[in-house]
Amino acid sequence: MSENKTNSSNVLRLTDITMQFGGVVAINNLSLDVNQGEIVALIGPNGAGKTTAFNCVTGVYEPTNGMVYFHGKPIVVNHPQGKMVKQYGGINADKYKDRKPVVYTPDKITRMGIARTFQNIRLFKSQTAFENVLIGTHLRRTSNFLTATFRLNAKEEKAMREKAWNLLEEVGLADVGNELATSLPYGKQRRLEIARALATEPTLLLLDEPAAGMNPQETDELGEFIVEIKNKFDLTVFMIEHHMNLVMDISDRIYVLDFGKQIAEGTPEEIQKNPVVIAAYLGVEEE
Amino acid sequence: MKKGNLRLIISLAVVALLYVGGCLIEQTAGTKSMIVTVLQKGAVYALIAVSMNLLNGFTGLFSLGQAGFMLVGAYSYAILTIPMAKRAAVYQYYNGGWVQFTIGVIPALLVAGVIAALFAALIGLPVLRLKGDYLAIATLGFAEIIRAIVQWDTIGPLTNGSNLLKTYPTLKNIMPGNTVLFTFIIVGICIGLILLLINSTYGRAFKAIRDDEVAAEAMGINLFHHKQMAFVISSFFAGIGGALLAMYQGSLQANSFKSSMTYEILLIVVIGGMGSVSGSIMASFLFIACSEWWLRFLDAETMLGDFKVPLLAPGFRMVVFAVVIMVVVLFFRKGIMGDRELWELGGRRGAKGGRSVK
Repeated sequence: MSENKTNSSNVLRLTDITMQFGGVVAINNLSLDVNQGEIVALIGPNGAGKTTAFNCVTGVYEPTNGMVYFHGKPIVVNHPQGKMVKQYGGINADKYKDRKPVVYTPDKITRMGIARTFQNIRLFKSQTAFENVLIGTHLRRTSNFLTATFRLNAKEEKAMREKAWNLLEEVGLADVGNELATSLPYGKQRRLEIARALATEPTLLLLDEPAAGMNPQETDELGEFIVEIKNKFDLTVFMIEHHMNLVMDISDRIYVLDFGKQIAEGTPEEIQKNPVVIAAYLGVEEE
Repeated sequence: MKKGNLRLIISLAVVALLYVGGCLIEQTAGTKSMIVTVLQKGAVYALIAVSMNLLNGFTGLFSLGQAGFMLVGAYSYAILTIPMAKRAAVYQYYNGGWVQFTIGVIPALLVAGVIAALFAALIGLPVLRLKGDYLAIATLGFAEIIRAIVQWDTIGPLTNGSNLLKTYPTLKNIMPGNTVLFTFIIVGICIGLILLLINSTYGRAFKAIRDDEVAAEAMGINLFHHKQMAFVISSFFAGIGGALLAMYQGSLQANSFKSSMTYEILLIVVIGGMGSVSGSIMASFLFIACSEWWLRFLDAETMLGDFKVPLLAPGFRMVVFAVVIMVVVLFFRKGIMGDRELWELGGRRGAKGGRSVK
C-alpha cells in the first residue's frame, strides 16, 4: 500500500522532527507521512517517544528541530536556538536554519482541523457527556461573549446542541447523554472522548492509545468503530496503539519507533515479519 | 422544555418575592434597622462574591485581587459623583482636585465597572500566564499596589490621597426609604448577566478550562483569551460591587480595602460552594448577618451576674470565623451548594440541556 503514497494527497508530514529535553533526545529525526483517508499507526515499546511525537504535532511541545506540514502547509518549523545550539544531540541541525520558526498553540492547531484524544482520558469531569461534546463545538462559534450573554446567538446555540446530540447518537452514547462523563464505564468514556474530538470538525484525528485498558472484545468493537467513523466523517486517522491485534486489523501503514528513532515502516504484513521490530519488542540476546 | 419553563417561572417568582420581601422589611423596620443593614451589605457582597466565583469557581483561576478591583470601582464612582458644590470642601488639601465635572449615579456605576475592567485587562496581561498559587500571589500583590498608588500624594488631586472621599450620592440619599430595592435591582441585574454568561457557550468554555486546561486547549479553546475574558468580566462586576459598597458606607478610604476584605469574600465563596452562584448569594447574606449582627455579642465583654464570660472580647469574632473556615475546609469542602444551583436541585444533572431540540 505504500506505493499509493504519491497518488493520494498528503494530510500530515513530519520531516526530521527532533525533540530534545535538556540533554535527552526523546525523538530523533522522525519523518513520516499520513495520507488522505488512511489509518496510520505509530507503535513502539514504552518510552519510545510516541506521545511526544503527538505532542509535537498538536503544539503541546515545540520540537527542537524539523518541520510539520498539515495539508501541505507548515504548521511547525523550528531549528536549535539559544543554548540548544551547543547542546543539540540530533542531526540535520542546519537544514532548517534559514527558515523562520513557526509555532502555533494547541487551540490554533485544533482550529486548523487536527483533533486528538488522550492516553489517560481527559474528559471535563464536572460536565455531563452531552456538555463535554458541546464544549467541542465552541471553537466553531461565530458569537462573541456579548451576543452569547444576551442570547442573540440562539440559532447557533440550538445548532450546537443539535450537533452535539447527533454526535452522541453516532457514537452510541445518546442514552447516557445526561450522565456525568466520569460516571460512564471506561469504554464509553473512550468513545465520548472521540465524539468530543469530532465536535471540533477535524480532518485528521489523532488517537493516543484508544484501546488502553480495554478487554479483547471491547478492542475489537473499537476497531470497527474507528473504521466506521473514519468513513462516515471522511477522516484521516493517525494513532498510537499497543494492542497489536487492533493495529494489524485496521491500519493501512505502520511506523515503528524505538528510543526516539524510527526503526521500521510498512504495511502490517511487512512489520510483522520485520526482524528489527521483533528484536525491539522482544529484545535481542547479547552476543 | 416545558419543565424548564416551569422552573424558570418559579425562579423568577421567587426572585420577585425576595424583592417585595426586602422592600416590605425596609418599610416596616426602618432604614436604620439591623436587618436592613444586613440586606444592603449582604446584597453588595453577594455581587462581589459571585464575581469572584466566576473567576475562582467557574474558570478555576485562583485570584486574590478582588479588593483591588473593588477599590478602583469605588474610587471611580466616588470621584465622578461628588457634587460640584462640595468638591472644594472634600479636596481641601488639593485645591478642589482635578476632576471638575459630575455624572449621574447609574453612568458612574457603569464607568466604575469599566475602569476596574481596564485595570484587570492590563494586570491580566502578565499575571494570567501564571498558574495556581503563583497567580494568587501576583494578583494579591497587584491589589496591594493599587491600594498604595491610590494613597499616593502626587495623584492626590484625583484620589484625595489618604483622606476620606465623602458627600457623593449614597444609598440613603438617592432612594430614601427604598435603599434595599435599589441595591437589589442593581445587584440582581449584574448577577443575572453573570448567570447568562455562565450558561452560554463561553461559560461552558470557562468550566472546561477549570476542569482540564490541557483538554480545553486541545478542544480549540484559546486559554489566554478566555482567562483574560473571565478576569476582565469578573473585575467589571467587582468594580460595580466596590462602587455599591462605597454607596453603602457613605464615605470612602483606600485603607479599608485591605487583603482581609478579599479573604472575607473568598470565605463567602468557599462556604457557598465553588462554582455555585446561588451558594455565593446565600453565603454572603449568612456571612454578613453573622458578622454584623448575630455574632456581634462575641466582641462585647459580657457579664452574667458577677461572672465575666471568658474569651468574649473585641476581636474574638474573627477567631470564630477562622475556626469556621477551618471546619468548612476540612469537613464541608463543597460548601453549601457544591457546584450546583438552587434551581437545579430537583432535577437530574444536566437535564437543562435535554433533548428538546429534536
